[in-house]
Amino acid sequence: MQIKESSEIYDVIIVGSGAGGGMATKQLADAGLNVAVVEAGPYFDPADPVTRTQLKWPYESPRRGAGTDRAFGEWDMSWGDWEVDGEPYTQEEGTNFKWWRARMLGGRTNHWGRISLRFGPKDFKGKTRDGHGEDWPIGYDDVKPYYDKLDKLIGVFGTKEGRENDPDGFFLPPPKPRLHELFYINGAKKSNIPVIPGRLSMLTKKINNERGVCFYCGQCGRSCSVYADFSAGSCLIFPAQKSGGKVKIFVNSMVREVTTNEEGKATGVSYISKDDRKEYKLRAKVVVLAASACSSARILLNSKSKQHPNGLGNSSNVVGKYLHDSTGAGAAGIIPDLMNRKTSYNEDGVGGMHVYSPWWGDNSKLNFPRGYHIEVWGGMGQPNYGFGWDANAMNKHFGLKVGGYGDSLRDDVKKYYGSVIGFGGRGEAIAYKHNYCEIDPTTVDQFGIPVLKFNYNHSDFEINQAKHMQDTFEELIHNMGGIPLSEKPGKDQDYGLLAPGQIIHEVGTTRMGDDAKTSVTNKFQQLHDVDNVFIVDAGVFVSQADKNCTWTIMALSWRASDYIIEQLKAQNI
Amino acid sequence: MDRRKSLQTLILGGAAASTGLVFKSCKTENGETIDEAIVESTEKYFGRTPKELDRLEKLKAEQLFNEHEMETIAALSVVILPPKEPHGGPIEAEVPELIEFMGKDIPEMAPTLLGGLMWLDHKSNTEFGTEFKSATLEQKKQICDQICWHDTEIPMEDQALEIQFFALMRNLTVTGYYTSKVGIADLGYKGNMPNVWDGVPQDVLDQHGVAYDPEWIAKCIDQSTRGTIATWDDDGNLLT
Repeated sequence: MQIKESSEIYDVIIVGSGAGGGMATKQLADAGLNVAVVEAGPYFDPADPVTRTQLKWPYESPRRGAGTDRAFGEWDMSWGDWEVDGEPYTQEEGTNFKWWRARMLGGRTNHWGRISLRFGPKDFKGKTRDGHGEDWPIGYDDVKPYYDKLDKLIGVFGTKEGRENDPDGFFLPPPKPRLHELFYINGAKKSNIPVIPGRLSMLTKKINNERGVCFYCGQCGRSCSVYADFSAGSCLIFPAQKSGGKVKIFVNSMVREVTTNEEGKATGVSYISKDDRKEYKLRAKVVVLAASACSSARILLNSKSKQHPNGLGNSSNVVGKYLHDSTGAGAAGIIPDLMNRKTSYNEDGVGGMHVYSPWWGDNSKLNFPRGYHIEVWGGMGQPNYGFGWDANAMNKHFGLKVGGYGDSLRDDVKKYYGSVIGFGGRGEAIAYKHNYCEIDPTTVDQFGIPVLKFNYNHSDFEINQAKHMQDTFEELIHNMGGIPLSEKPGKDQDYGLLAPGQIIHEVGTTRMGDDAKTSVTNKFQQLHDVDNVFIVDAGVFVSQADKNCTWTIMALSWRASDYIIEQLKAQNI
Repeated sequence: MDRRKSLQTLILGGAAASTGLVFKSCKTENGETIDEAIVESTEKYFGRTPKELDRLEKLKAEQLFNEHEMETIAALSVVILPPKEPHGGPIEAEVPELIEFMGKDIPEMAPTLLGGLMWLDHKSNTEFGTEFKSATLEQKKQICDQICWHDTEIPMEDQALEIQFFALMRNLTVTGYYTSKVGIADLGYKGNMPNVWDGVPQDVLDQHGVAYDPEWIAKCIDQSTRGTIATWDDDGNLLT
């Protein structure tokens, strides 16, 4: 089979259309460059009524929203989840990494929680602070201008709080707290845990005439049809096209490798079209990888050539190493004072927390070096499959019988509706070289591309942090006069610490640094080994913070894009 | 135009490569030239992908329960959750249909459901000489009373089949009812429609003994300005 090669030479090929790829598309196309975006999944536009799930009712589906076909429920706007048909990944024995892949234009930005936190000054200098991990080659001041521009371009609500390591930005005003969030605020106060308004990228106010304003359906996970929440398609790629940018999108196109020439420079990519299962080649002056931390590492490792026998950009042997995800643990409690609620009003709010707790602790006095933040959930949400399951199980906390049948079940459902508050702790894990993904030479996907094998174990630091989370959650539930819904997980269960990957904040596999021996890219996200290949996803993160990674992915992608434009202008690449 | 095919074209974008321009005109086309069948299927299929559609149709074509079993499920569901004015009960909520579908969608549940239905008739025949569905309400309750309670200290999977069956039927009946149009009305859920959130009503705050902190509220969105384009000064203070 002859590989079909296009004659057109693009200025830039961008692999992946999520947060990083979307931002690069917008910046590079706006600068007049001729851009090809290669996406492994189909086209997706949140406004398309054919694929829309927003504002659907459970009874519109025979399974009433159950998560049989989509892991986060059938309304969730992610095509692809922990499993993607025909695209396996494998694990080192005794380890368990969970890998979420969305195969669609816009990638995971279509369903994510939109929690949009800047990294703080301390987050870029972890090693200096506590000796663990590595410092970034850049600091907050390098990224701040891009965070500022990002806030204005995309829109994020929040408040100026003047906190040292949770920098303020250009915020839209936040929505008022819901009832359970008022209980949370009061409960946290008793333990001196700070609570501030959430910082999420949804438009509580107009930022331009192209995007709609939030109408408070609480369904950002379904991707907003009026573009009132952020997704890479609606906020970056479509606007880039609309303003006349040269953006050619290749959907259903699975990149196999970055192609190189005799000098070892990148010439483009080869990809498999999922439509005809044939291999194609695209050519460009610059290749930008934004396929997600692990997928970009996989492409580099699979791009072996005479000049790059260890994979592209991997002379350091660091590609795939230092993989780390946010830590996660949770708990929930029933709050008697929240029982027997009036259902007279709609409290869907935005699709996420109106309030949260940024990290408050002093790690020098704790047995884990990095912090976590607390996300809060609860309220009178939309019933979907699973609602009312074990309808009166909570009776046992009140000395009442569990089980039975009849009219009393209706009363039980209503009595407990909206009375549960839950917490998610999301923390920083230390990046270790021994937590990594690599190519599994024995397994390929349905396109014949070798797949990733994961090898990741939590250290005691993450486990100790999870214990601290559980102790905190227990105290918060107690402060609110509540009763924990399940037994507190103990040491035998790593205190409820979720498997790595489950928080879907995986970063670090192609980390940046000044030393080409210990990092994959320089501080402008350019491969040390090949000057016309860049990485603009979370692979370049030296460390995850106790924040979420998306806002930083985009700020850095914008920064890297500016550098690419400069370098092309100066004819350096 | 074959519906499946046209849907696939719409969703997948057809060609492997398209420029933004083509996408845009394609999108306009989506809106304008969609034939009736697709409009209907959009309504019917609530944003499914072609692969998901295939699976749904396959499941719908399968039959898990025979007519008698469906009648028995219906009979049991109204004992579990008796209909009540004005919002009906499991039949109006199409609970039997949901149970049929879920037994196929999550096949692990099927043996418990099928076996439990057999147990129910066996028990009813033994005690009352009639199938469960034909027993009197009093007789049905006598059977249910024997299996509707369990020791909550013992995990469900270690309980007898009839206990597991009843618990599963109760769960499916309650979840089926409260995810239906009538059940949602009974619950009183007011969401899933466009609105402007402006905080918890005062009577609700009073009922639960909480109040808004004026300082906090001062920072929140003034909803009368939601349509005004945001501008800031250089320090990030909102000007408009």
